[in-house]
This record gives sequence, structure tokens and C-alpha cells, in this order.
Amino acid sequence: MSPILKSKRRIVITGLGPVTGFGVGIDPLWQGLCEGRSAIRAISAFDPSGFYSTVAATIAPEQLDIRAIVPKSYRKATKVMARDIEIAVAAAGSAVAAAGLTTRGTHEGAAPTIAPERVGCHIGAGLIPADSDELASAMLSCRTADGGFDPGEWGRTGMNNLTPLWLLKYLPNMLACHVTIIHDCQGPSNTLTCAEASGALSIGESMRVIRRGDADACLSGGAESKVNYMGMLRQTFANRLARVATGDDGVAAVRPFDDSASGTVLGEGGGILITETYESAQRRGVRAVAELAGFAARQCSCTDTVGVELADAPGDIASAIEGALDDAQTPASDIDAIVPLGTGIPTVDRAEAGALRMIFGERTAQIPLVTLAPHVGICGAGASAIAACVAAQCLAQQRLPARLSTRSSTTLAVDAAARPSCAAALRTVLVTATGMGGQSAALVLRSIS
Amino acid sequence: MSQRADRTPRDRVVVSGMGWITPLGHDLETVWGALMRGESGMAPITRFDARTFPTTFASEVKSFDARAFMKDASIHATAGINSQFALGAAAQAWKQAALDVKPARNMRRVGIYLGAGEGVIDTPNYLAANLKAWDAAAGKTDGAVWAKLGHSLLNAAREIEQEPNMPLAHIAREFGARGPAYNCLTACAASTQALGEATSILRGGEADVMIAGGAHTMIHVLGVTGFNRLTALSTSTGDPRTASRPFDLGRGGFVMGEGAGMVILETLEHALARGATPLAEVIGFGSSADSYRITDIEPTGRGAAAAMLQALAQAGIDPHARGADGRPLVDYISAHGTGTKENDSIETLAVKRVFGELAKDIPMSSVKSMLGHLIAAAGAVEFITCVMAIHRGMLPPTINYTTPDPECDLDYVANTPRAARVRTCLSNSFGFGGQNDTVCVTAFES
Repeated sequence: MSPILKSKRRIVITGLGPVTGFGVGIDPLWQGLCEGRSAIRAISAFDPSGFYSTVAATIAPEQLDIRAIVPKSYRKATKVMARDIEIAVAAAGSAVAAAGLTTRGTHEGAAPTIAPERVGCHIGAGLIPADSDELASAMLSCRTADGGFDPGEWGRTGMNNLTPLWLLKYLPNMLACHVTIIHDCQGPSNTLTCAEASGALSIGESMRVIRRGDADACLSGGAESKVNYMGMLRQTFANRLARVATGDDGVAAVRPFDDSASGTVLGEGGGILITETYESAQRRGVRAVAELAGFAARQCSCTDTVGVELADAPGDIASAIEGALDDAQTPASDIDAIVPLGTGIPTVDRAEAGALRMIFGERTAQIPLVTLAPHVGICGAGASAIAACVAAQCLAQQRLPARLSTRSSTTLAVDAAARPSCAAALRTVLVTATGMGGQSAALVLRSIS
Repeated sequence: MSQRADRTPRDRVVVSGMGWITPLGHDLETVWGALMRGESGMAPITRFDARTFPTTFASEVKSFDARAFMKDASIHATAGINSQFALGAAAQAWKQAALDVKPARNMRRVGIYLGAGEGVIDTPNYLAANLKAWDAAAGKTDGAVWAKLGHSLLNAAREIEQEPNMPLAHIAREFGARGPAYNCLTACAASTQALGEATSILRGGEADVMIAGGAHTMIHVLGVTGFNRLTALSTSTGDPRTASRPFDLGRGGFVMGEGAGMVILETLEHALARGATPLAEVIGFGSSADSYRITDIEPTGRGAAAAMLQALAQAGIDPHARGADGRPLVDYISAHGTGTKENDSIETLAVKRVFGELAKDIPMSSVKSMLGHLIAAAGAVEFITCVMAIHRGMLPPTINYTTPDPECDLDYVANTPRAARVRTCLSNSFGFGGQNDTVCVTAFES
């Protein structure tokens, strides 16, 4: 028995704060998922016609008004928030409200529900590119004769066109920093940057921090938007996107685990969950959404160094799942549903399905998968945090959302084809995420009975 | 977490290997020697033409060839400079830990926790794409033109390698590590946090061995631009070697450095089982958030003190107690000590807040005076200097300390190294935005 089991504290999820193309909060997401709708549409923030994919599950401006979300005294700081930070801040606000917590962010001056030094914050983040319009307009005076960039003039005068706090918009730790400032979280705080695994790794890190006694509750999750020039370009370079030309059907383009899957569609989004000790939740008299029972992480061995190709990965992903089941002291036979990353990228789907077969054997084809990419896209560092929110909500509602797009998954032999939402008896749900770079994480969530 | 006294070989975590790539050299002895001589790594920037920038100098890694550290350089052909630093440092640590000849039990229990920074942007091509796609009439970038330029000017491998988890992916590939794998990026605190959480993972029984540390460079056009705009960098026009002046009244900002520090952490039980030599023991870790402002450090040092206190509590050390020899129980603090006005006075305040009367008896120095600020990699490099100090009985100095600042009134080991009995050290790192981390390391005793 590992040493930590000696003092294992039971951890529950008391609030869900997803932010997706359906809007801020669990209700619009759950409604969208259960009604079988998709938030994927043509990108309107810029002309996407030159990109490999022209669609994404974006958050409309009226769905996320950051100035209305933050406390009045914090409005000025919204000027230095990249899109990713706005998503994280909105998600945190939604989660804190859902958990019934009073913080400096919900009621300035009121006594907080949990002592600030006992609240941690772990938020996964991506590589945030500079805003092209802002950078280009600052550089206009620094053009060489052939239209290129003149660093000499930039050093002399050009850089002064950038706001002094320019860098702070793009540091990945600013997601957690803004959130900790708004809600006064003074406990351990971290920023994990492991692509799509970041959200699940952050939730796992919160579990570790709470178990070792350094916090009683944490804001845990991740957020990202790759719906920008560099994000789209890098995903194209990594062969992760499905080809969607202008006017093509974006929803049909992303088909997780389908025999003909050809890539994914990006989304803007993320999620924050309130993770808390069982005792803390009991003490303040709130009903938990689900129990966070187990977690484990592994590195996949990747043939291509950088983890774009996951050909050898099934064993490593399976090892992460096994570790999470062990941590939860749950047999594999107890798993009633699985929320995989389910990107629709053939190599990643194959690795995930291969891992599931190693753990669940013959039963694999009977375990429903919850696939989210056709609804909300793949939201980078936010993806597995959204998955965890949905897993918790499935347990709380005893229902599985609708699935879209996938026609047949006979090759991978998993239960992933399109179908409507349905009621389901769910005791335990598994979340798995393996990001670009090969970091893999698994979470086991259990219903509160 | 369990108090130190109850710990078993399974939840005791030891350092069994260390390595670094720094502006003062590429191996433990060379760098340590330079630190003992009070050398500075600072010089005019060579990575790009910075002559017109507010800051024209940095502390760059010199004449480094990563291929010398790799088993098969061809598989890392596209690695960015941050990943190359990471591989160089990790190879040294792996070798010192004798993991090549006394292998780990199970590679799925060999994890990685890095605090590594993003890669270096392809500046000329990236900026040219942005400039050429500018639609003057519309007053914004033309997305279609940008897409065309981006696809043609930028290189796929180079772009993918900028993702911040790529040093981690390269290290995993090089050493075959398949255990728990993380990269954190809490700005200047990242690699201290990586060491701390790696220790926590080992104690929790999730792994036997962790490769932990950080790698980073921000010495590029937009990196220097960003910190210049924040007025965080020294803009000294004198000899660059005197520009980094932690705790000195004349300090005017930090000097950018680059490089990597990597350590092998493992459970004592695993180290003993495979016949490895423990170099030191990690006994405490604290992490906190200022939750104050994005731009300023909490002025009373509350967050920094919280990280130190948590690390000390975990280590079972009473900051107000003295040992049998009358000395404080902490022998040395490796300061965050960036050389900015704000950091150094608030860090001083935080140390006094934690140790009270004893603070003035604890030597605290900043090797950033010599190495510069390695950003995400700084903490791991400074942790290694603590272990070296324990082994050599020498404290690295804070160089360029000429004029005392009334707000910085502790013992900063000014200008020359000092012989001392060093058993227990704290290593502090505080990130921009308010994430604070402290690790406590002590001499290994069976």
C-alpha cells in the first residue's frame, strides 16, 4: 500500500464551471449536449478561408462579457486578459457560484466560506500567442524596404507602441493568477502546460495537494482558445485538424472513433471544478456533484519525439487508467461510462481505444463513450477539464448526453456512434486524456450515494 | 504530509543526480568554480541585434553543443534551444545518478516534472507574416493573407517545438521515462514548483524516480521587449557584469539568463535498492499565491512567507529555534533575489516575517548576480547550488553588492564566497503574478 493511503482524504466535486461554445456554466452545456446540438460554426472573428479548417466551436461575445463577470473593482484588469484568461476567469466564477462559495470575487468584503490560505488553484493553460492586430499595428513603423521587420527601429521606438503590460496578457500562469486574485485563493497554485492533458493533470494535482493537507479546497481545471492564427497554424502543422473548407459541414467533419475519422475541430473553452474534502463539503452543508475518487498520469512513449504520433501509446494510457482505478480502489468492472478525449484524430483515437481494450477487454464495446468534440470542439488545455465537468454531471443526472457525427466505429470496436441522449444508471465514470506531447491522465469519478 | 520523523525510506526523497547548462558553464564543477570566483555570465546579447534596445546585454549560454549530451542526436534534430538545454542538463543528472548502469526498477514508475518554458518564436518570419498581412485600409490583419504567409514562411517542426511541453517530450524520449509526466509554467517559480511537486508525487507512492527541473530562454526579440516594457530589466549602460545587483541600493532590475537545471529525485528506498548514492534529501515544499495584483508583489511579503513556512512545517523545522550549536536550523537561503527594487526588499521582509530575530543570522545570497535570471529554469539551478553548498561547505556570494539598502538588511554573503557548515537550505522562487514556491533541502543522513 502506498504511503498516501495512510492518510487519504476523501475528495468531492462541489461545483462545475465549464465555459464552452454553448456559453458559461453547466446548464447551457448540458442542455446543448443532451439536445444533440453543436456549437461548431464558421469562424467569424477573422477570415479563416486560408486555413485548413474554417470552423470552430467559438464563444459568442454576448455569451461571455468579461467586464460583467469580474467584480467592479477588477474591471480595469480585463484589459490585460488574453482570451484564454477570460475563459478561465469566467469558468472560475461559474464554479464558485455553483459550489455556493462566498469569496472576495462573489461578495467583496464578506467573510469567505473557506479560509483563503486553505484554497488552492490549479489551472491548465496553453501557449498563448500574441494578438496579431495588436502586434502588427505596433510594428508598422518598423518596416524594412521589402516589408519585413526592422529590429533596430523596434528597439529604438517601436516597442513603445505596446502597452507596458503587454507580456502579462500572454503568460500562461496568468489564468491562475487572475483567478487567485479575484477569488482570494492563497493556497498552492500551479499552471500545467501539457496540451489537452492539462485540465485532468491539474485536477489530479489538486487532489495531491488536498490529500497532503496543504489545502481543503481547490479551483481546478484548464482553459484555452486556439481559435487564432498561430493556434490554427500549429494544429495544422501537427496534422490534428480535419479539413473543412469554407461552406463545408464542420460538425460532420469531426467524427471521434469513426472508421473514417480524419482529424478534429478546435473549440474555445475550458472548465473549473471546485474540488474539496468531503468533510469541508459536509461542514458547510452542500451536496457534492460527484466524488473524485482516483487519478493517475503517465508519459506515452512516442515514436516521433514530440508526441504527435501516438503509435506505441496504448500500453501507457492503459497504465494511467489502471493507476487511477487503483487509486480509487475500484475494479474496472465498475466503470459504467467513459469520457475520452475523443478527438477524431485517427492516431489518438486508436491509442485511446487500444488502451480501453487492454483494460476492459471484451466489455469495451458495451461501455458507452461520451464524445464531446462534435459539440464543443477540442479546447486544448481546457478539453479534459470540460470532460471532467461532463463526467460529474452525467453522474449527478444519471444520464448520458447525445452523441453526434460518428457513423460507425467497427474498426476500433467502441460504443461511440451518434445517438440521442438517454437515462443511464451510472456509478462510476472514467475520464481519460492524452495530449499532444504524450502526457496522459486518467480520472475516476464516482456518484454520491 | 507526514512529519520528518515518521518518514520511512519509501516516503523519504533524495537527490541522486544533478546537472545544469548555465551561462557560466555546462557541468557541475565548472559552474561551481565560476560561482566561487564570483564570475558573471553577462555580456552584450548575441542572439539578435539588441543594440538599439533599452537593454543590450544578457547572460547567455556560450559555446554549447547539445549533441555531446545525446545518445542519438538525430532523434532530437528539431529540438528547440530550451529542449537542448533540458537534454544537456538531464543527461548529466541521469549519469550522476548512475541510472544508465544501475537502472530503475520500472520505467512506468520513472516520471518527469519540469518547469520548462516555451520555445523561441521564429522571430523574423513570424513578425514578417504579421506585418505583411496587415491590411492598412481595414486597420487590421487580413486573415487570409496571414494564413498564406504563415503556411509558407513558418516551419512546422519549429512551430510544434515551441509548445511548452516539448522539453518534457524530448526528455521522455531520450531516457524512456513513462511515469507521471507534467510541465508547469508558473513564470519564474516554475522549476522550484516542479521539484516540490515531484517530491510530493514520490512521497505519494506514484513513482520511484522523478526527473525534475526546468529549462528556458527568453533572450529573443519579443522576450526582451516584454520585460523591457514592464521595466523589469536592468538597463544599465555600464559593464554588463555589474548590472545584476541583488539587494544593493543601486539595483535596477534583473538581467535575463538562460539554461537548464535538472535533478534526479527518488525515494530513498529505490535509491538504496539500486545502489545509488544519495546526495541530499528534500524535506519540505511550500507553494502559495499572493492573490494581490498582477503587476505587484504583495507588499508585506505574506505570500512568500507562506511558501517558506509551509516548506519549513513539512520539514519539521521551527524557524524560531536554534540548534545545539546556537545557530538557526536553516543554514542558508538561496534567495529569489532578482535585483528588482520590489522583489529584494519584499523577500527580505518575508524572511524576517518567517524567522524573526534569527533572520539576520541566516546567510542568504542570490546567484542571479552572476548567472542572471534563468526565468523558469532559475529555481532548479539555484536548488543545485544549495546541494553543492551542502557538499562543499561553501556559500556562493551575491556579487556587485557595494551599497547597502536600508530596506535590505540581512546577511547577503556580499561579493566573496564564504566557508560555512551547511546542512539545511531553503531555495526560494517567486513568479510574476504571485505564485510562490520554496523547497527545503538538507544533507543526507542514513
